[in-house]
Amino acid sequence: MSERITRNEVIHVARLARLSLTDTEIDEFTGQLGDILEHAADVEALDVGDIEPTSLPLPMTNVLRADVRRASLARDEFLTQAPASEAGQFRVPPILGEEP
Amino acid sequence: MSALGVAAAVRSGEVRAVDVVEEYLARIETRNGELNAFNLVMADEARAAAAAVDACVAAGDDPGPLAGVPVALKDNMCTQGIATTCSSKILEGWEPPYDATVVARLAAAGAVAVGKTNLDEFAMGSSTENSAFGPTRNPLDTDRVPGGSSGGSAAAVAADLAAISLGSDTGGSIRQPAAFCGVVGMKPTYGAVSRYGLIAFGSSLDQIGPFSTSVADSAAVLEVIGGHDPFDSTSIDAPAFDLRSVLGRGVDGMRIGILRELSGGIGSVDGISPDVQARAAAAAEALEAAGARVQEVSVPSATLGLSAYYLVAPAEASSNLSRFDGVRFGLRVDAPTTGEMMTATRTAGFGPEVKRRIMLGTYALSAGYYDAFYGKALKVRTLMLAEFASAYEQVDLLLTPTAPTTAFRLGERTADPMTMYVNDVCTIPSNLTGHPGISVPFGVGDDGMPVGIQLLGPALSEPTIYQAAAVLEASAPHPGGKEGR
Repeated sequence: MSERITRNEVIHVARLARLSLTDTEIDEFTGQLGDILEHAADVEALDVGDIEPTSLPLPMTNVLRADVRRASLARDEFLTQAPASEAGQFRVPPILGEEP
Repeated sequence: MSALGVAAAVRSGEVRAVDVVEEYLARIETRNGELNAFNLVMADEARAAAAAVDACVAAGDDPGPLAGVPVALKDNMCTQGIATTCSSKILEGWEPPYDATVVARLAAAGAVAVGKTNLDEFAMGSSTENSAFGPTRNPLDTDRVPGGSSGGSAAAVAADLAAISLGSDTGGSIRQPAAFCGVVGMKPTYGAVSRYGLIAFGSSLDQIGPFSTSVADSAAVLEVIGGHDPFDSTSIDAPAFDLRSVLGRGVDGMRIGILRELSGGIGSVDGISPDVQARAAAAAEALEAAGARVQEVSVPSATLGLSAYYLVAPAEASSNLSRFDGVRFGLRVDAPTTGEMMTATRTAGFGPEVKRRIMLGTYALSAGYYDAFYGKALKVRTLMLAEFASAYEQVDLLLTPTAPTTAFRLGERTADPMTMYVNDVCTIPSNLTGHPGISVPFGVGDDGMPVGIQLLGPALSEPTIYQAAAVLEASAPHPGGKEGR
């Protein structure tokens, strides 16, 4: 099994991604992610010091729309598609007192 | 009948759109149980839309260039009031409150949406086996996969359950299934088709495009769905393409390069099977015989595409899919606190491949690894853009096989993610560069399954690509793999 990523790193990343993994999944992902990162060693090893990164293939420009009022979709149409809503807002379980 | 044939017959009043749609709905009824191409059949909506097209014709009005043409939509495109699932449990019960721009444009052109097609969950996969609703099967051999992620859309057109369909292509998800199913699949230039209402996977890579049984139908659909959309900030501010007028122009004098690194010979990535290599060589010869000047061209960084892609795409996916947290749409798994609810919802709602990519992307973006992986992958994109630009000074278009092999068997590659990922090696570079690419069927491999040939060009070279694709189509040794015809 590859050692490019450790079991503990997988557990940490799962917490960041808000996923709860079983022990079997942790083992599986440790191996599979290691293999994928091993394949990416060609990119990791590349000397690309002075090259500018490209995050979007097109030249990026800020796009503004005309400052004109127009109808938007009704709030209720979104709220009725949510798992829970109340008083014109999304309803969620308690947040206060949670671990961050 | 071709999509353009249907449209011509409906517009002239020779054929009624309602009869066309009944014929297609009947075929879906017969075949979809076996193929699982559709997640949802929109029978009532399709009948109503077809009746409206006929009423338009009867009133002496023109219902549009795709009048009465049955179209299937990949189920990651929003349809107002109609379930849109991304083949994921996490969107269970969600009905979008608006139509994607491409959906609205097809309807305005008279096309009739007949259903939403199956895909790898959130478009992550190359075989349509990663669907929460079960795999789609290849209509040409139901023991084989249709490719992916737009496998349902490719299978629907190959089995004539729709005259045309739309897919999305993030790393080859239109072109590879088109190759596997023996149909034409086009990924346009990034920004040429609006992504408004396409549920995002990799926002700097995703692009919508058509599947069809002919190059002319493909061009007709792209003319309709392309063009600027103020609702997509990455939409190119240019008029829609004029494509059908170039189809008869031929390739006399056109310069076409065989892309060495993706063609299987010396200096190429491994894994391109000999029968596929032979079809690509035959395609190049056919273009040469039609007057093109063919030469070999090298783009060394093309071999880095796969690695760069499997860092960039998961990174963007991990960010895009953070919105599925049980608050605003679809599934919620209840828990005492919001944080626990989000974790429980995501854990229950996402399938294994989606979790794998979210994990990989979160890792590649996390502190300490960002520069080594994601940052470097973005620099590879710059390198590739420069090398492809210099290749396109030597030639007008590049030619490669669309996929390293023909369609493989169900279950053959599900155990090891890397064996699945290498399927995209030929298609990925043009997603990283934002360039257009088309897959055209060109004969069959040793197993009798179709082989697709890919033509690539620089940004906005769609007219040149279609011009050459029409020649390839006309010289193909097999009528395109459409079963029974």
